[in-house]
Amino acid sequence: MNIEKNIKTLIVKKPLKLDCGKTIKDFPIAYETYGSLNSKKDNAILVFHALTGDQFVTGINPVTKKEGWWSYAVGPEKAIDTNKYFVICSNVIGGCMGSYGPSNKDPDQKILGTNFPVITINDMVNAQYNLLDHFGIDKLFSITGGSMGGMQVLQFISNFPNKSKTVIPIATTSSHSAQNIAFNELGRQAITADSNWKDGNYTSNETNPGKGLAVARMAAHITYLSKKGLQEKFGRKLQEREDLKFGFDADFQIESYLRYQGSVFVDRFDANSYLYITRAMDYFDLAKQFDGSLSEAFVNTNAKFFIISFTSDWLYPTQENKDIVIALNSIGADVGFVEIESDKGHDSFLLDVPDFLSALKNFLDKSYEEN
Amino acid sequence: MKNEFQVIADLIEKDKKVLDVGCADGTLMKFLKDNKNINIRGLEISKEKVQECIAKGLTVIEGNAEKDLKQFPDKSFDYVVLSQTLQAFLSPELVLDELLRVGKKAIVTIPNFGYWKVRFHLLFKGTMPITKTLPDEWYNTPNLHMCTIKDFFHFVKSKDIKIFKSLALNNLNKSIINESNLGVKNLVADLGIFLIEK
Repeated sequence: MNIEKNIKTLIVKKPLKLDCGKTIKDFPIAYETYGSLNSKKDNAILVFHALTGDQFVTGINPVTKKEGWWSYAVGPEKAIDTNKYFVICSNVIGGCMGSYGPSNKDPDQKILGTNFPVITINDMVNAQYNLLDHFGIDKLFSITGGSMGGMQVLQFISNFPNKSKTVIPIATTSSHSAQNIAFNELGRQAITADSNWKDGNYTSNETNPGKGLAVARMAAHITYLSKKGLQEKFGRKLQEREDLKFGFDADFQIESYLRYQGSVFVDRFDANSYLYITRAMDYFDLAKQFDGSLSEAFVNTNAKFFIISFTSDWLYPTQENKDIVIALNSIGADVGFVEIESDKGHDSFLLDVPDFLSALKNFLDKSYEEN
Repeated sequence: MKNEFQVIADLIEKDKKVLDVGCADGTLMKFLKDNKNINIRGLEISKEKVQECIAKGLTVIEGNAEKDLKQFPDKSFDYVVLSQTLQAFLSPELVLDELLRVGKKAIVTIPNFGYWKVRFHLLFKGTMPITKTLPDEWYNTPNLHMCTIKDFFHFVKSKDIKIFKSLALNNLNKSIINESNLGVKNLVADLGIFLIEK
């Protein structure tokens, strides 16, 4: 795949000190925008993507030729209405869609691989902050994102308390739980156990650790769905066969589905990026940055928060989202919260869930009217 | 907007910070926000009602008063409003304590079980009373702890809670309740409205 094509890039000249201690500079941030910035520059929404997302939020992704990851929510007349708002999204550092990541090359044209520094959610948002200067935006109208996108939302408003009027973390957590870390570790182990991984020094698409990455994706994909959703969609239905074959081929539709999900993922994602980004998620613990008090992370902001969770999300369950609400209430912040009924699991925020989309739209549009 | 809400709104000064517990579709919140510049928050258990509030541009938290009031710091609101729901909680006493902890003052309204129509209904029909403020059948009512204006008056006094204002409401008629007319008001009012402080 040619990732140079159709990718807008901002080269960040300013040095950025990473949490690991290293400093990076002159690094690329790949971004995309939708809609247009008004003359007052008060209609910009910064969207943060999740683990395997990228800057191509909606419409056809020019690289993968598939629908953007948040097409249900973002677009003309949609919840995040691009006729009204200017939407910016950038690929996180550590990613593989044009931003500075482990698939970049060093001055000797050697792929960085595991020579790439370990990055954090904090590093990601500090890097993306440069986009505000780039567009001359003093204050965003909103920041939003689900899952790891939600973690970036929380970190961003904590780092830059006056830089957004509204804040919408979705299906997320302020601190990665043991279960979250465990699932990510499973994925990383699958990748590093693939003999093609070679300590991260694989060189071409032909020799990449695709099998390991596919297994990582399959395992993760299960965590994005609910038991009920899986049961209703697949049950014990067989894959193009009348009966069990007494072998290890994909007898069941769910097996075939997961294998497919694994194989298409490998075509668009870099295994080392998967290692780095999952690590960043695991390291995320916002309260720890403030001596154990999550409320302290938000004391300096007057932003209006709206937090959304989903009933069947067991990866970032309602209680973890509510913990953020509680931290905000304890300092008298302006915070709304709704738990959306859905059996689509953690993936609900990416899917056509009407109650979610209307809540998101109403919150944004009403808040914008009050501007 | 119903008369009860008008009476509640009249008790609240402009520019205050108010929490509406069990805010339903946000009618009172919207009125207070638009007409009295109130910094208003709502707590509501029904997902559907929460959505209606969001559609009105109101800040509302989906939650349950019995569990979720504890997240608010002491005296973090000027007023906490609880309209006709105290009797529906498992433990009204604990909820009342929480309202008075979170709010500098609380406004609590109760459907009056001492109202003459309620008494008549039970006395002559011999079945559980159904009135405008008590519209449900015994088997599907959310109300667990019905009380009269007199009960609530005595209860509040016994807990050393200060009553700033107590009002009896019957349709559009609003009148003051005091120690001397308590018996009468307990008979003629279908709703009691109390402004209290601990």
